[in-house]
This record gives sequence, structure tokens and C-alpha cells, in this order.
Amino acid sequence: MTTQDTVHQANSGLVLPQYRRDDVDAHPPLLSPGYKSTVARAPKHPLIHLPQRLTEVTGPLLGEGRLGALDHDLTRQHDGEPQGQRIIVHGRVRDGDGRPVPRTLVEIWQANAAGRYRDARDTWPAPLDPHFEGVGRALTDDQGRYRFVTVQPGAYPWRNHDNAWRPAHIHFSLFGRAFTQRLVTQMYFPGDPLFFQDPIFNSVRDPFARERMIARYDHATTAPEWALAYEFDIVLRGRESTPFEDEDDDE
Amino acid sequence: MSERLGVMPAQTVGPYLHIGLRWPDGPYVVPETTPGAFWIRGRIVDGTGEPVVDAMVESWQADPDGRFDHPDDPRGARPPTLAGFRGFGRSETDGQGCYRLWTVKPGSLPEPDGGTEAPHLTLSVFGRGLLHRLVTRLYFADEPAANSADPVLRSVEAHRRDTLLANPTADGFRFDIHLQGDHETVFFAV
Repeated sequence: MTTQDTVHQANSGLVLPQYRRDDVDAHPPLLSPGYKSTVARAPKHPLIHLPQRLTEVTGPLLGEGRLGALDHDLTRQHDGEPQGQRIIVHGRVRDGDGRPVPRTLVEIWQANAAGRYRDARDTWPAPLDPHFEGVGRALTDDQGRYRFVTVQPGAYPWRNHDNAWRPAHIHFSLFGRAFTQRLVTQMYFPGDPLFFQDPIFNSVRDPFARERMIARYDHATTAPEWALAYEFDIVLRGRESTPFEDEDDDE
Repeated sequence: MSERLGVMPAQTVGPYLHIGLRWPDGPYVVPETTPGAFWIRGRIVDGTGEPVVDAMVESWQADPDGRFDHPDDPRGARPPTLAGFRGFGRSETDGQGCYRLWTVKPGSLPEPDGGTEAPHLTLSVFGRGLLHRLVTRLYFADEPAANSADPVLRSVEAHRRDTLLANPTADGFRFDIHLQGDHETVFFAV
């Protein structure tokens, strides 16, 4: 624990929660030349330390009013069912201390079973699916749990390097409860043979951290004669403990 | 000591963020009809001077009284007096690399060391080629007195401070974001 990360209490009387700074290797370096578009986009100056003040330790608590009844089920958003392997993707959102993050908005988007996004910019000649948007939203419950039903996304080619293919993935966007916890990541599937050549997946240098982005096949949740299940638990940043709280370490 | 779990690594939003993250009301931090509301507009450019057409800006700010409707504000969560105030904005960039946010000025904020933070928005920038979000702050150039006392602005080298200032325009303010280059925006580790 460094001094700037300890709880702020001083002459104003304001006591702010403080979120632990991430380890250096927890996230990918912004400049990861194997992923070519980082070269002109990663800032050259080092990031400047920003103390966590009121704007950073608060954040939007959105969700309830933003969800439609079928937003969590990407297979039922049209009159017909999309093509592909039906899957359940579920998991828990917790902070770095194991505490559930309840009632937080989780947004996902993905390619269809053929590896094509419903986006005018995606022009590779795999078929679009009239019954698949590839967009979902859910709110975690009181235990931080979320659940989506969707189809297995396909891999797709891109032009980053010779014969480059993205491993199948689902984009995840999370708010947590504070600006400090905002996270966008990608969920990958176990055993994907394309990992070795993917500079985005491999931009995370710590192999243990990389593993966290791979969902676990979950046979217990797999629904007989209906859908395979994958479990994808997501950990957002935890807080420094404060001398004023009676921490409940029940996780 | 609590159990410490490893955090989920960040990954880029990729080139197709528009399908997943576009909200029709995204740019509206306050309702369209809010008296005194204005546009913050800007362009995101990369190190080659090209506009970044596949990016998204998100903003978060206090209400005009300098309050947050949030349980972790130690002064107490307080619903905004401004009807429909959301505090949060989201805008993907268009074909020219431009984003826009419809908002009002936040109030000043007390800080723990007894100082005062000038009115500001905190921004996240996501995009293809950005493996993690970039964090910056937007201050208002027409608040020179408040800005000169702001502890975060003062922590930035003087010659780079103007990259954090939004300048008045006909319908609000302009705040360009330079990912690299001579005028590289100051980005923060939060």
C-alpha cells in the first residue's frame, strides 16, 4: 500500500473510499506493437497519477430503466432464431476483495456464428444473420450474477498480420459502482487454437491474467438438449480497506 | 486482510463498438430541454493526424451544485435539483472522428486536503487500437480563477495544461483529444 492510495482524510473532513491501483501487468500496455493500430494511438507521454477524488470514486449507477425484457437473450430478439450453437454465458461480477457488485449494467456485443458483425464497417464476406443483432444487456442481481443466452460467435479474419484471425470472443462492458471500476474487456472460449497468433489476447503479458479472460465450460449449467454453458466471472478493482469500516470478509 | 482477487484485464472495444455501445440518448448528460445546456464537441486525432472514427468518449460529472447522487459521496447521496440530470454521457465518434455531449457545467468540488476542484468532467476514451481506456479531465477555459487553484491542473506541467481546457464556441465548448503529437492530451492513471 502506498501513501497516495490510503484513505483520504484531512482538513476538509471528507473521507473518500480509495480503489487499489492495478498491478503493472494486470492490463495490457497501451503500446503493444504486435497490435498495429496501437502504434499511432497509444499516448507517448507517461500517464500522470490522478488522485481519486469525488468524481473518480463515484460513477453512474445506470441500468434499471435501460433494459428491455429480452435484452439478455440474443436468440429471442427477432421473429426467428439465429443460426449457430446456442450457449448460456453467465457469471459473477465481484470486486478485488470478493464482494459482489450488485445491480450493475453489463453490456455485450459479438459477431454472429459465421464471424460477422452487424456493422456496416464489417465487410468480410461471411453471411449476416437476419435473426441476430449480436447485442445484449443485463443487470447483475443482488449477488452480482448475470446471465445471457446467445450463440457461439465465429472467428473472423483481420488484416493486422499475415493470415490473422481473431479468436472467437464476446465483448463485455462493465460500470461497477465507481468511475475507477469502469472496464471493457473480451471473453474468450477455452481451447481456442487461435490464441497463439492473436496480439490482442496476448497483449496481456501476465499468463495468469490472460487466463482470466477465458470462460470456463460449465457442464453443471449446460442445459440438457438445449444449450452449452460457459461461466465467466469478472473481477473489478477492489478498495483499500479503511479503519472506519468493519470489513465483512465472508467471501 | 481481505482475499485479493486478480482483476480482469482490459481489452480494446475493437472496430465494431458502435453496435454494442451506442445509446440513442448517449450524448445527453441532461435532457434536451434543459435551460442553459450546451454542447461539448471535439475531435479525436491519432499520431498521424488522422481522425479516430472508431472511438467513444464517456463523461462523468457532478451536478451544478457539485453533488453526486451516489452512496460513496461522503456528503450523502443527493438527487440532483436539475430534473433529469444523469451526470453520465456517452458518444461514439462519427466519420470525422467527432463526438458530442449535451450538458451543463458541474459545480466546484471540495477535496480532502481542504482545497477546491474547479468544475470538470472526467472522461474515458475507448477505441480500436486502445487496449485500455484512456482517462482525462475536461476543464472550462472560461473559469481561469477556479482553474488556477485546481490541484489536478496544478499537478500537470504548465505547458501541457491547456490540453485539458475546453474553449468556448458558439454553441458550447470545444475539446479535441490528441492521442499523440505536439499537443498530446494529458492522460491520467486513476
